[in-house]
Amino acid sequence: MSEPVISLRGVHAELGSRPVLRGIDLTVGHGEVVALLGANGSGKSTAVRTLIGQVPVSHGEIEIFGTPRQRFRDWARVGYVPQRTTAAGGVPATVTEVVSSGRLSRTRFGVLRKTDRDAIRHSLELVGMADRAKDSVNALSGGQHQRVLIARALASAPELLIMDEPMAGVDLASQEVLARTLSEQVAAGTTVLLVLHELGPLEPLIDRAVVLRDGCVLHDGPPPKAVGQHALPGHDHVHPHAAPDTEPIRTGLLS
Amino acid sequence: MEFLDYAFMQRALLAAVLVGITAPAIGIYLVQRRQALMGDGIGHVAMTGVGLGFLLSTSPVWMATAVAVIGAVLMELIRWYGRTRGDIALAMLFYGGMAGGVMFINLAPGGSNANLNSYLFGSLSTVSEDDVTAICLLAGFVVLVTLGLRRQLFAVSQDEEFARVTGLPVRALNLLTAVTAAVTVTVAMRVVGLLLVSALMVVPVAAAQQLSRSFAATFAIAVAIGVTATIGGTVTSYYQDVPPGATIVLLTIAVFIALTALAAPLARRRARALAAAHPVGDPAECMIPATRERDGKVGV
Repeated sequence: MSEPVISLRGVHAELGSRPVLRGIDLTVGHGEVVALLGANGSGKSTAVRTLIGQVPVSHGEIEIFGTPRQRFRDWARVGYVPQRTTAAGGVPATVTEVVSSGRLSRTRFGVLRKTDRDAIRHSLELVGMADRAKDSVNALSGGQHQRVLIARALASAPELLIMDEPMAGVDLASQEVLARTLSEQVAAGTTVLLVLHELGPLEPLIDRAVVLRDGCVLHDGPPPKAVGQHALPGHDHVHPHAAPDTEPIRTGLLS
Repeated sequence: MEFLDYAFMQRALLAAVLVGITAPAIGIYLVQRRQALMGDGIGHVAMTGVGLGFLLSTSPVWMATAVAVIGAVLMELIRWYGRTRGDIALAMLFYGGMAGGVMFINLAPGGSNANLNSYLFGSLSTVSEDDVTAICLLAGFVVLVTLGLRRQLFAVSQDEEFARVTGLPVRALNLLTAVTAAVTVTVAMRVVGLLLVSALMVVPVAAAQQLSRSFAATFAIAVAIGVTATIGGTVTSYYQDVPPGATIVLLTIAVFIALTALAAPLARRRARALAAAHPVGDPAECMIPATRERDGKVGV
């Protein structure tokens, strides 16, 4: 296998003085679709935020495309979809204006050329929002807003997509559009790291699941097969493979 | 138009126009970041600069700029590092700045709070040639930053976390925003005064939002409102002998109220047009098969 797209080794991070990540290992290979699962507070969003540099790492190493994160500059290769709540400005903005931000990494000094405008329009078409290009994002439903944020991530034509809870608060119609968009991206060879609360409608796409609990990796392997009550839609899909107070399992696959 | 014959009025109008452009131009990013009151805080800190200017017999405008920039950088650093006690630290910075201004000006030879008054509430008739030169240079910097880096500043102000992943220097841009806001405060200081600066940064933007759907249009309308109000206020104060700063601020608030009243029917019409253009939109959420299935099983 060629070098991993994402590699976290022994990553520790604190929020305030509270340890949130306590030495996690995570590798995502080229073209893989990996789901990061876990209950609220397990550290899955924090893990992604250390990856993008929003949360400082106290210990451990992070590499993106084989480059230490500190020295990584090629951000056009990365598309990021944050949790929807983080993206609300106090001034109205159109769908196109928001998606244009996603193209900045491919521009020089923020000047949009024709190819950039075409790319912005194309990414809106991918999520079925081209007809809303001139509307204010405030006029959109939760699901439509999420589609706009995904279009923004796709605008730089990234090789790696990182999504934090892309299905949270999204209506069924938008969920279908998102699942379809994502499967097209995967078919085209895009690597995907998804933070999910449950596998849900994206389950068929996922190659591997990494389950976090209390800031440690609990499971790393095929997506846990849902059985019994766990198979019910809407179930919080976390499998306690070890008793809560035992040592985290080191699979050895990642070290 | 006889007021144009007076040199002091020409200077006053030039300064007023520059303030009308720059205050909303940086204010829109502050509003977007939900830091609408940052300008007010910087204005308080700048008072120490004015006081120091009097004490050291240097230009109060340049001294205020220096102190305001340092204060703005400190505020930004407090935002990064001071998580829980950030608001307390900011309060100390604001009121320390204000107390410092009053203290220094009283220590200055022949200085009293009366000198401070023209900086607190603006005093167009005392704008000197040197002041105008300083205001022109500083306003040029503000326009360059707010227009030249509009896409970058938009991205950082809209969604800081995402901006990081586009490779933008988020911290540098945050610092630049704070510094530009500080510079704008001192540009506006002679016209509307340190205590009223923030109104001109925020109210035109809020008024423009009543009409616009896009960031670009909000920017343009806010600047138009800002320039209209500053010119209107300056001319009014010439004829009526009323304080220009207060007149300008009351005018922008009047514009805000008028546009809000106008916008309500406009918004209704737009919502109807939108509903007609997108009849399906989101499906009615009255039928969710997944939930129904679960209810059937769990109910056992």
